[in-house]
Amino acid sequence: MSRRVAGVGLIVLLAAAVAPVLPAYPLTLLTQAFIVAILAMSLDVLLGYTGLPSLGHAAYFGVAAYAVAILATERQAGFATCLVVGIVAAAVTAAAFGLIAIRAAGTYFLMITLALGMVVWGLAFRWVSLTKGDNGISGVPRPELGLPWSLWGPLPFFYFSLVTAVLAWVLMGLLVVSPFGMSLKGIRESESRMRILGYNVWLHKYLSFVISGTFAGLAGVLWAYYNGFVSPVDVQLVTSVETLLMVALGGPGTLAGPAVGAALIVFLKNFVSVYTKRWLLILGAVYIGVILFAPRGLAGAFRGQRH
Amino acid sequence: MGELALRLDAVSKAFGGLRAVDGVALAVRPGERRALIGPNGAGKTTLFNLISGELPVTSGAIRLFERDVTRVAPHRRAALGLARTFQITNLFPTLTVLENCLLAVQALTPVKFSMLRPLAAYHALEERAREALAAVGLADRAAAVVRNLSHGEQRQLEIALALAGRPRVLLLDEPTAGLSPAESHLMADLLQRLDPAITVLIIEHDMDIALEIAQHVTVLHYGRVIADGPREEIKANPLVREIYLGA
Ligand SMILES: Nc1ncnc2c1ncn2[C@@H]1O[C@H](COP(=O)(O)OP(=O)(O)O)[C@@H](O)[C@H]1O
Ligand SMILES: [Mg+2]
Repeated sequence: MSRRVAGVGLIVLLAAAVAPVLPAYPLTLLTQAFIVAILAMSLDVLLGYTGLPSLGHAAYFGVAAYAVAILATERQAGFATCLVVGIVAAAVTAAAFGLIAIRAAGTYFLMITLALGMVVWGLAFRWVSLTKGDNGISGVPRPELGLPWSLWGPLPFFYFSLVTAVLAWVLMGLLVVSPFGMSLKGIRESESRMRILGYNVWLHKYLSFVISGTFAGLAGVLWAYYNGFVSPVDVQLVTSVETLLMVALGGPGTLAGPAVGAALIVFLKNFVSVYTKRWLLILGAVYIGVILFAPRGLAGAFRGQRH
Repeated sequence: MGELALRLDAVSKAFGGLRAVDGVALAVRPGERRALIGPNGAGKTTLFNLISGELPVTSGAIRLFERDVTRVAPHRRAALGLARTFQITNLFPTLTVLENCLLAVQALTPVKFSMLRPLAAYHALEERAREALAAVGLADRAAAVVRNLSHGEQRQLEIALALAGRPRVLLLDEPTAGLSPAESHLMADLLQRLDPAITVLIIEHDMDIALEIAQHVTVLHYGRVIADGPREEIKANPLVREIYLGA
């Protein structure tokens, strides 16, 4: 545990130290990695700790990103408004979807979250008056925080993303070692035992679902500002699949693992796209590789058997 | 007669055409030790699943301390003081022994919803968890991961989890299942030492152990109660001897 904290601290310090000397493109990717790491960790709360494999996590990410994009472009809303509305929109969406999804288990849960994710994608695509459909919403301005540095600069925005990601990691890290987090692990291992012990299993799963969606929303808020552009691509199935793969690759139930998985996928995706358009094929290959060689992800492969 | 700890009226459970539990009536006084015996497939585990709420009844009524719990969710029955163990070990395999016990201890406290403070900071919970482990003789295994425990240790932990919530009614489903004779003996000793205030209903296929622990025996056969009485009476009952003891 403390070794993991030290490891994360080291990576973060290293990233913070090299950022000023990085060329523009790697710096953008690194920024992206920290933002997407929040998304991956949020899914880990659900998948790794609660044992619920969601295939629709792009929905909460996307709803928040759209909320920010719409507010910032059409209403010129400030950062605080965008942040709060974005996160609340994600939380409300998760609260509504959770009512439908939590009734199901296993593959059914996977299918229902997938279907709900498709609903959000369909809305992004078809509700043109709100979302501008396929064109997406462009020109999202970077927020004004009243700091000496403008977030239009790549370096300040990188630090802004890094600090937010670390904050999210601390909060989710506290959550998973809290009594509530322990009950999520219990549900992952045996629902029937938890019920008999006196847990309202449904309620705990539901809370986990909403919390997870809320943090995905935080990632979505950052994403809208980072990209300056939000489109149906952000809420499509592939985004959800990538997120699931980040968690599987990094090691479910470790938080730090999926964050590293997120960085790897971000860099791999951008590296691969230089040579080929067959990103999905590569993604599939990585997935099979993980299943075959590291079923508990990189974190699991390094840590070995727990005794 | 006074208040009953557990009362079943004409409780039935049908799986399709099979009546696994068929019109069972049961009255258990507080503090009583009751054995539930019967051949394999008699419906004993199913009856426990009905009492604990894992399965809904097809018909009949279940009362816990005179309160009708027939349609009450399992976790609420636990809050009313009901605990159970499972015939097939049902633990949290990748968590440690202590963590397993902590889950049982915090289950009936509002602490289970606390999200921003580490569980390790709740010293009172840990103390209670360690007490529960000590009570079943697992104190020195607290840090072990459960899937690495021996079968016997896992059966002990089953008991610890059930006791950790300080239940008033305890359902034990074949606590000695899969244990060696020596381990069974230790388990029987452990069960003898349980707080006499706890009402215990025990399913046990080993007659000697069942009769050692319980003064009162209920015999189930094809889902029906075919005999019910003090152990001496049951031991002498010719019908029981015929179908259960095969004598
Ligand atoms: N969930 C279930 N679905 C269908 N049949 C079941 C189920 N649970 C138990 N049974 C059947 O009910 C009967 C009683 O089983 P059980 O209660 O486990 O017996 P016992 O514990 O006395 O050995 C058996 O015939 C068993 O096959
Ligand atoms: Mg049984």
